[in-house]
Amino acid sequence: MTTKLLVANLSEIDVKGSRRIKIQDIEIAVFRLTDGSVLAVENKCPHKGGLLSEGMVCGTAVHCPLHDRKIDLRSGKVYEPDDGCVTTFETEIDSESGSIYVTI
Amino acid sequence: MTTSKKKLVLIGNGMAGVRAIEHLLKLSPEGYDITIFGSEPHPNYNRIMLSSVLVGGADLQEIVINDWEWYRENNITLHTGHKITKIDSDRKKVISHLGIEADYDTLIIATGSNPFMLPLPGADKEGVIGFRDIKDCEIMMDTAKKYKKAVVIGGGLLGLEAARGLLHLGMEVHVVHIHNHLMDRQLDEAASRMLQRDLEAQGMQFLLNKHTAAIKGKRRVTGLAFTDGTEVDGDLVVMAVGIRPNIELARAAGIEVNRGIVINDFMQTSVPDIYAVGECAEHRGISYGLVAPLYEQGAVMVKHLLGVETAGYAGSVTSTKLKVSGVNVFSAGRFADAPGTRALKIQDDLAGTYKKIVIQDGKLVGAVLFGDTADGAELFASIKSGESIAGREKEILLGISSDLLGQASSGNSRLESMPDDEIICGCNGVSKGDIGDAILNKGCNTVGAIKACTKASASCGGCKPIVEGLLHLFAGDAVGEPVKEGICGCTTHTRDEIVAEITRMGLNTTKEVMNVLGWINPEGCTKCRPALNYYLGMINPEEYVDEKESRVTNERFHGNIQKDGTYSVVPRIYGGVTSPADLKRIAEVAEKYDVPMVKFTGGQRLDLLGVKKEDLPKMWADLDMPSGHAYGKTLRTVKTCVGSTFCRFGTQDAIGMGIKLEKAFEGLNAPAKVKLAVSGCPRNCAESTIKDFGVVAIDGGWELHVGGNGGIKVRETDLLCIVKTEEEVMEWSSSFLQLYRENAQWNERTAQWIERVGLDYVKKGLENPEDRLALKARIDKTLSLTTDPWKQIVETDELRKNFEQLNSAQPVQL
Repeated sequence: MTTKLLVANLSEIDVKGSRRIKIQDIEIAVFRLTDGSVLAVENKCPHKGGLLSEGMVCGTAVHCPLHDRKIDLRSGKVYEPDDGCVTTFETEIDSESGSIYVTI
Repeated sequence: MTTSKKKLVLIGNGMAGVRAIEHLLKLSPEGYDITIFGSEPHPNYNRIMLSSVLVGGADLQEIVINDWEWYRENNITLHTGHKITKIDSDRKKVISHLGIEADYDTLIIATGSNPFMLPLPGADKEGVIGFRDIKDCEIMMDTAKKYKKAVVIGGGLLGLEAARGLLHLGMEVHVVHIHNHLMDRQLDEAASRMLQRDLEAQGMQFLLNKHTAAIKGKRRVTGLAFTDGTEVDGDLVVMAVGIRPNIELARAAGIEVNRGIVINDFMQTSVPDIYAVGECAEHRGISYGLVAPLYEQGAVMVKHLLGVETAGYAGSVTSTKLKVSGVNVFSAGRFADAPGTRALKIQDDLAGTYKKIVIQDGKLVGAVLFGDTADGAELFASIKSGESIAGREKEILLGISSDLLGQASSGNSRLESMPDDEIICGCNGVSKGDIGDAILNKGCNTVGAIKACTKASASCGGCKPIVEGLLHLFAGDAVGEPVKEGICGCTTHTRDEIVAEITRMGLNTTKEVMNVLGWINPEGCTKCRPALNYYLGMINPEEYVDEKESRVTNERFHGNIQKDGTYSVVPRIYGGVTSPADLKRIAEVAEKYDVPMVKFTGGQRLDLLGVKKEDLPKMWADLDMPSGHAYGKTLRTVKTCVGSTFCRFGTQDAIGMGIKLEKAFEGLNAPAKVKLAVSGCPRNCAESTIKDFGVVAIDGGWELHVGGNGGIKVRETDLLCIVKTEEEVMEWSSSFLQLYRENAQWNERTAQWIERVGLDYVKKGLENPEDRLALKARIDKTLSLTTDPWKQIVETDELRKNFEQLNSAQPVQL
């Protein structure tokens, strides 16, 4: 069963920034990109478990702060030549209120 | 007509066999039904990297080449933990020890080799192992936790790598070798002695000219006895005396074997439809134990299988590089002084370098390098090409310029005529064809891009010059313009071009720079964005608004991120001088926030480690001390000795001078971290001569040293000048640091910068008093604009929110 949750307001996340939230034992990193979109992934690099929320956001990718693995936030896939994948979560923004919803 | 696919069975799930299968899948994705049997319970992994696993550079996960998923995706039936016990070549099938049978149309034997275990009395005791697979590594790691002493039998490549790994695991290591010099198969005596000296300095102990007579101990090994009556203690014995091709299975099936399974130039054995590749095979009397030849064999075999024309495999010239940290050794071809050969040598015992080249009939046939192995790839390529070097021998000995071997006519034609399946990167098995494909079809136009796409030059980096040569060869034709390497994969512009354009066009944000200069990735990467952020701030300190989102993690959160996502807190302690009141406060904060570890740093300060991110601003507020900037590309610390304040040898006030410098340069943004030190006399207790800017007091003045480094590559400082007064120390240190700030590449330490531009450039830039004052005025301007980042975050809600977790997740009715 999926649940939709109100997790934050746009104003709480900087552009090219991220905030963390724990939902049912899963830590999720919620990113706000330059193009205005908001994406959410499990906050754990598939390489050594680095916190992706702490990494640098470039375009639609985040670089893990530990060993610079580059991860596409839309698909969750690690860029070549490395491999791996993180879980992604569906997001939604209410354009009027700025409310951010994550579905898990 | 029904066409059923041909059945191919591979015995051996190792590097050589699986590599050949990869090659086959590339050329004929649907051609075969493939079944692989492997006796180890793992997918295919990179055996070469086992020594890196031992020294902690890689974990077992990371050395897997093809994961389980790969086998599934390619519809390969994989049986791991299965040993094939019989090949029935009449009925064309194989049988495993667990009773699985598989029919084949084509069979490939790639059973590899086993470590040769000396048939000594006691060789079956617990604690006696080889060094071959993951299991051996695991035994070594476990043994190191319980026991102290290890003995490695065999002073060859593998033995030394095993020994280094065991040293790293904290064991005392003796290496036993039957010859009087180490690595005698790869090195001549001169290079070998230099190697021995370096390894002894790392703590390895050697027992040369020793023949083992027996292994001592009851159930478990306790040591070795030698034929000369001496003994050595050991709780672990690793035999690394060579490999023995695994041929029993083939022999039992009636296949012709010698030392290895005998194969022809197309890897065919004496029995039809049965091939052999890799360490188990013997080609023209040679069994290869290195990876590049095995890959070459596999490539030829696959072509032959598919009916693609191939000239056949004619044997390989091999090169080796020892994978032992801190020691550079390279050897290729026939390096020994044999009749008919002539050798040229240079030995420099001061620098610890040695180079020998061996020539026969005007051609390079072998080389040995020690200390500096940068020329290895070029020399190896020349050996393989068989080109004439007549008349150029001495130039080659004294250092090959790319004109001589790389891009000049002979070099280019050599790269052109090189066959596509020749392995360029031996570490990752990347062929010339793979690199060509990356350049021509995947849009790679820099060495970095090729590295990212194929992994060529990603491990030891020895093949980088050849990759560069291939880039020019392929891209030159296809792109029609020279390809140059920019500061990262996002741009072709160099640091100097970028800085010049920022100045010329008055660019003021990273986005503007990327737009105007045509960045490939619109928002850059973790290399260029922080670099641009630094250059913009350096050029225009007053107007540029620092982009925190373009700073690396540590600089964004003003602490060092640890592997578990916690941070560290290092408050500033000027010159390493603290007070009881400050110490009490630090102790109270550490207790209040349950800090898991409090540690002294190497820079005379205190590190509070393992701090939860959300506690950082609160701790900074409670500490009420400035940030020590222990995490940034900025001034870290000024280390001092006691100096004339207390020390009976001190000639000047080192502490006072250090504090003055630290207060002056605190918070300075720089291309890389900057470390300073002040010693009160030439005894140099503050280690000033391995600092970026080091001050050593002498009677009546100060020596100023620059460009030292105590990190990855230790570099002693160069003496810049000697001055008399404290004011002069400030003037020279300010102008030196500003010259560095304005000219170095981002992430380039002063040591690398000075190596690149030369000390004379620095001296010239600082020799005129007017120039020094102008530089000092510019750095003073920048310094006047710095603020304490911790205080700023503590006082600003908008910044502080990024340290806290979001806490309200409210379910929404759907």
